[in-house]
Amino acid sequence: MPETFYEVMRRQGITRRSFLKYCSLAAGALGLSPAFAPKIAHAMETKPRIPVLWLHGLECTCCSESFIRSAHPLAKDVILSMISLDYDDTIMAAAGDQAEAIIDETIEKYDGNFILAIEGNAPLNEDGMYCIIAGKPFVEQLVRVSQHAKAIISWGSCASWGCVQAARPNPTRATPTHKIPGIADKPIIKVPGCPPIAEVMTAVITYILTFEKLPSLDSQGRPKMFYSQRIHDKCYRRPHFDAGQFVEKFDDEGARKGYCLYKVGCKGPTTYNACSTVRWNGGLSFPIQAGHPCIGCSEDGFWDKGGFYDRLTDVHGFGIEANADEIGKTAAGIVAGAAAIHAGASVIKRIASKGDDA
Amino acid sequence: MATITTPNGFTLDDSGKRVVVDPVTRIEGHMRCEVNLDESNVIRNAVSTGTMWRGLEVILKGRDPRDAWAFVQRICGVCTGTHALTSVRAVEDALGIDIPENANSIRNIMQLSLQVHDHLVHFYHLHALDWVNPVNALKADPKATSALQQSVSPHHPKSSPGYFRDVQTRIRKFIESGQLGPFKNGYWTNPAYLLPPEADLMAVTHYLEALDFQKEIMTVRTIFGGKDTHPNWLVGGVPCAINMDGAMAAGAPINMERLNYVRSVTQRTIDFVNNVYIPDILAIAQFYKGWLYGGGLSGKNVLAYGDIPDRANDYSPENLMMPHGAIINGNLKEVHPVDLRDPEQIQEFVPHSWYKYPDEAKGLHPWDGITEPNYELGPNAKGTKTNILQLDESAKYSWIKAPRWKGHAMEVGPLARYIVGYATGHEYFTDQINRTLSALDLPVSALFSTLGRTAARALEAQWAAEKQMYFLDKLIANIKAGDSNTANTTHFDPKTWPSEVKGVGFTEAPRGALGHWIRIKDTKIENYQCVVPTTWNGSPRDSENNIGAFEASLMNTKMEVAEEPVEILRTLHSFDPCLACSTHVMSEDGEELATVKVR
Repeated sequence: MPETFYEVMRRQGITRRSFLKYCSLAAGALGLSPAFAPKIAHAMETKPRIPVLWLHGLECTCCSESFIRSAHPLAKDVILSMISLDYDDTIMAAAGDQAEAIIDETIEKYDGNFILAIEGNAPLNEDGMYCIIAGKPFVEQLVRVSQHAKAIISWGSCASWGCVQAARPNPTRATPTHKIPGIADKPIIKVPGCPPIAEVMTAVITYILTFEKLPSLDSQGRPKMFYSQRIHDKCYRRPHFDAGQFVEKFDDEGARKGYCLYKVGCKGPTTYNACSTVRWNGGLSFPIQAGHPCIGCSEDGFWDKGGFYDRLTDVHGFGIEANADEIGKTAAGIVAGAAAIHAGASVIKRIASKGDDA
Repeated sequence: MATITTPNGFTLDDSGKRVVVDPVTRIEGHMRCEVNLDESNVIRNAVSTGTMWRGLEVILKGRDPRDAWAFVQRICGVCTGTHALTSVRAVEDALGIDIPENANSIRNIMQLSLQVHDHLVHFYHLHALDWVNPVNALKADPKATSALQQSVSPHHPKSSPGYFRDVQTRIRKFIESGQLGPFKNGYWTNPAYLLPPEADLMAVTHYLEALDFQKEIMTVRTIFGGKDTHPNWLVGGVPCAINMDGAMAAGAPINMERLNYVRSVTQRTIDFVNNVYIPDILAIAQFYKGWLYGGGLSGKNVLAYGDIPDRANDYSPENLMMPHGAIINGNLKEVHPVDLRDPEQIQEFVPHSWYKYPDEAKGLHPWDGITEPNYELGPNAKGTKTNILQLDESAKYSWIKAPRWKGHAMEVGPLARYIVGYATGHEYFTDQINRTLSALDLPVSALFSTLGRTAARALEAQWAAEKQMYFLDKLIANIKAGDSNTANTTHFDPKTWPSEVKGVGFTEAPRGALGHWIRIKDTKIENYQCVVPTTWNGSPRDSENNIGAFEASLMNTKMEVAEEPVEILRTLHSFDPCLACSTHVMSEDGEELATVKVR
């Protein structure tokens, strides 16, 4: 019998009572009623581990590196007790023929019942030979495995959108998962970010395992639970934006007081991600808190949307109320009309998108 | 080919059985390796191939140089930050920007924490399974394991028999579930594994402990850079402003609480390296010290640029805390200075790489490089262009170029740095080497091996963790002396820039010497070139048929089982290959490239 999450917690000295308490807290954190707690407990106690084939295309491995930084749950517990990470060329013991045999075996044994996780993307130029696995184009491996998977997770901005190697002029024609010719018609969950937040990655996995279903996705295929708000919406520096207090240049008085980074290029107003809420590395910080503007790394084509230090608009001298709206309008205009303003009555104006229910 | 002797002194014989390993796993990126074995299963020819190419520098052409760090940081998410640091240094060199002392200390803390993290994760999670057999750990006696732990590392708190019994039970349940995850299809019956069960259990336990702990190490970069992987950097300094006791210090990037956090993590990092990583290396080496294969180029040609400037803005070897220099033909008595600007010193060759030069007998300096992809297989290759069964190394066979220093193939990385440090009398490094060799009762010549490479990495982690604390103290002392500056923004505005400049930046990445060369014209990037550690180590042959460090290191190694590449993986992993880094070199002709290859 495979080890379950419950057993892991028991072995770490956690009693069943505390475990159930944990489950009700988890239910609360996920916005569920306490009635869900028993269900979570049941799922974690009994579920065998679902096989995951984690393929790597053109990428930099930052997604894997982020994943192992997960504070809760620990990457160790995900790998040993929640999933069966049967293929991941970054950490697997086997190589060459013995590694590739695992793909065949998984397809045979778990056809339609494993998760395909993709880090990176496939280049289509040069017949795919800008990324070679076992002597063949990576794209062949990707398409084949997709046809037997239950669902697909596109980790990071590479698999979701194309990311850096797909930035203009995209010399290798690096192509995100959902645009690969021949990719199977399976649910694709995009978890963008360069990389995605570790705890977001592990939360997507534990959500699927716990609730035995895929998370609700927005119109672009991202889990609503983490990607329905802009960084700007919940930024702790937002009051300074509303008050018209800005960092004018790096290391000035405003920078030392934690003022808004909008004028030095912050893309928080147009970036959907959980950085300002979940934050990074166990909730320790996020780019804006450490003084650098958001570069928008979870957005489609963020490399080609102007310089990282160019402000979203050139409006000067705006103050508290109406001008904040001005900024919002201009900012929203940057994302090619996908966004619109919902003027609010309060000091804090929300910027929301038509594309989802934020 | 049958038999040839290369100018750098290796006899290659391709007449025996060919073994192909593709993919080489537990590395960053994608790589293939082919070897020929003689009748005794000894490697007599080795062919290493980079199997990916992303073309990042062409993407950089025409961009804002201040943004370049973010692009090139995405060359690699494992050595995350080192390319970014190299990039801001290249831009600052081109524009003549000096950074504040605090920025230098903070950058050094970030770079040193990367060294520790990268080395630790490499050893435990990419390399350990070449030495450690998790299945064999099931046979261990937890009491004896506890005794072993306490003897090799008396200060490590997790050492009770009950602790090891719990871990063993967990591993047993995992293995008995039949779902072996990352351990699936491993080579667990191969006689190349030499550890007794207790050492295996201790090491597997630390595989898990290290997996838990590594995420702490990098949090110092979350403090200074806002996130990790891929923290944020800034041309002219660092983005994290300091506010120790002014109004709103609590919402400022750096305040007392943040610095205390960094101190706490740094101390725990030092403890973990001293109590777990170093003792494990010594314990494992005791059982493998008869296995001294894999020296390759390390006893001949090694190269280091140096890094970690003590004072800001001085990149001369005297001010760099990591060693600088080149050693040729194993002559440790002479350490040559290396000039990254000299067009005659560092050059890249392509006769065996999937690129095209007008004259492939010649090499090109990175400032003048050309990169035009040219994917083709040699006449003796087997298979097709999209289904390679066997490569022909007499022709082009890799997406990696062949960099040479004054015509020599060089090894770079922790071992190269330790050899240069040893030769130049780097006190700390020399002392570490002497203590390690004496603990293992090995001669200096044992350094030039796979084991030496793996040990040097651990020693460097120990050095880096201590120096991380040194720079934290230095940062605080400087703030105390009244200097809170973190960024020089005098030349941040492109309007202040000259119309045409060029610069070079370098670091010692975890995997070795790293250089970025930039040309800026009318405030935009005109040309950007990177020559990275795995380009040096994973280099294919050059026009003279010199083999690179990976290939050289595999020569004459005996394999226990021809079909199970344990020894090949062990030696290749000792370099910590990073293929995404090595295989993206790009040049001025970039735009053509985008159209040439569209099919």
